[in-house]
Amino acid sequence: MKNIDEHMLQAVADMHSVPTGAYSIRKNGEGVSKNSTENIIIEQKKDKPGIDIFIKPGTKNESVHIPVIITETGIEEMVYNDFFVGEDADVMIVAGCGIHNSGDKKSEHDGIHRFHIGKNAKIKYVEKHYGEGEGTGENVLNPVTEIEMEENAYCEMEMVQIRGVDSTVRETTANLEKGAKLLILEKLMTHGKQYAKSNMVINLNGENSSAQIISRSVAKNDSEQIFYPRAVGNNVCRAHVQCDSIIMDDAKIRSIPEISANHCDAQIIHEAAIGKINNDQLIKLQTFGLSEEEAEEVIIQGFLK
Amino acid sequence: MIELKNVSFKVSNEKETLEIIDNINLKIDDGKFTVITGPNGGGKSTIAKLIMGIEKPTSGRIYYNSQDITDLSITERAKLKIGYAFQQPPRFKGLTVRELLSLAHGSKLPVDECCSYLTNVGLCSKEYLNREVDTSLSGGEVKRIEIASIMARDLDVAIFDEPEAGIDLWSFSMLIETFKKMAKERKKSMVLISHQERIIKIADEIIVIADGKIRDRGETSEIFTKLLGEFDENCGFRGKAGK
Repeated sequence: MKNIDEHMLQAVADMHSVPTGAYSIRKNGEGVSKNSTENIIIEQKKDKPGIDIFIKPGTKNESVHIPVIITETGIEEMVYNDFFVGEDADVMIVAGCGIHNSGDKKSEHDGIHRFHIGKNAKIKYVEKHYGEGEGTGENVLNPVTEIEMEENAYCEMEMVQIRGVDSTVRETTANLEKGAKLLILEKLMTHGKQYAKSNMVINLNGENSSAQIISRSVAKNDSEQIFYPRAVGNNVCRAHVQCDSIIMDDAKIRSIPEISANHCDAQIIHEAAIGKINNDQLIKLQTFGLSEEEAEEVIIQGFLK
Repeated sequence: MIELKNVSFKVSNEKETLEIIDNINLKIDDGKFTVITGPNGGGKSTIAKLIMGIEKPTSGRIYYNSQDITDLSITERAKLKIGYAFQQPPRFKGLTVRELLSLAHGSKLPVDECCSYLTNVGLCSKEYLNREVDTSLSGGEVKRIEIASIMARDLDVAIFDEPEAGIDLWSFSMLIETFKKMAKERKKSMVLISHQERIIKIADEIIVIADGKIRDRGETSEIFTKLLGEFDENCGFRGKAGK
């Protein structure tokens, strides 16, 4: 693998070498290598770009890595990945997309990820988005995530956009059955003239289902962010939506957490805050000998950790 | 040695100008444990902030070991080994106690060293090392971590702004011991802003600040008795009960 590839794979999927276990690496619009294991089978879709990932019931302590990298300018793709997580499985899924655009054309990856999480199954999903490159071409990522959770399923999602993505529109929907539990942690940093929008609809349909959505973001320079998470309680359920943003320079942030209840035993809470870095925090770190810029970086890194 | 020469600090708004510090001349010697005390609003914290560089004097100069530091930034003064424990320390989302102490120290602190600082301020170290310094901690806990962060630094001048505020009685005795120990080990100066009798008593020297001026200054044995007498007169309660 070339240096750029290795660097991108490390940035988006913490991969230092070819992972053990199941994986599929997609580069510049096509699958370049994949590996199935006894319990996790990855198949190329026949009718459209993308893969099906079948995780056998009861599979424990295994992981799947499915990073995507784009290193050529002007690539635009729409990819469909479906995850079928069998009952009682407990697995980790690492996705992510990195674009290195050194040309003047737009590079765009639109990924549609559908999760079917079986009864009592547990997954942890980590997705990192990252862009770089000396070109003027835009890096665009538009992920769609659909989550279907059966009885007592558990799903933890960490969705991170580190830097370098010029435009992103994220659409997330989840449907939770009885006792299902969903935790979404969204971390986002925008700079330059970047634009990021995140729409989310979490339907708590089953009795005693619960969801926690935490969104932390930092908007720098002239960038713009819009958050629109919605939690809908259709049964006895609990949900907590929290949006917390640091605003800097000439950035703009809109945060619109929406909660709605269609059942009298639905308990749903939302919190939202936008503010600049607290001056006392900066001063405190300066009294440790950090410069103002270093202090700012420490505060942002901590906030987005 | 820190020296304030003709230092004034004024704040103005449309209506008036307030003189927070009024032409103060002050020397704080090396190796001394100095307590600054006096009524609320008298300018004690401002003196500490002027020394650390958080506020800049409107007139006058500040010297540190004969170097004029008046125009140096907070960061530059921190690098000269001057440190300041906030009266109301800020909280940091996502930053753990260990990370904060490591930032104070200047490099990643080994667990056992971190633990010893926390123990010194009366916190059970294992419980706190990986906790975030955010709103999940009580005011007293944040305050003690603040003191631990000063201990984690290699300082020549350590300034503490009302370290006793928000600290419970049990931890307070431990804190007194810690200050005594720090004062003993420290080659340079410790400056504590305090109203607490037990802290004032262990100082080498007391400076009384009121209305932006030095009202009194001297060795603890001398000033402390004077202070008690003064409060009697001002207050006029003592001795009147039952009459």
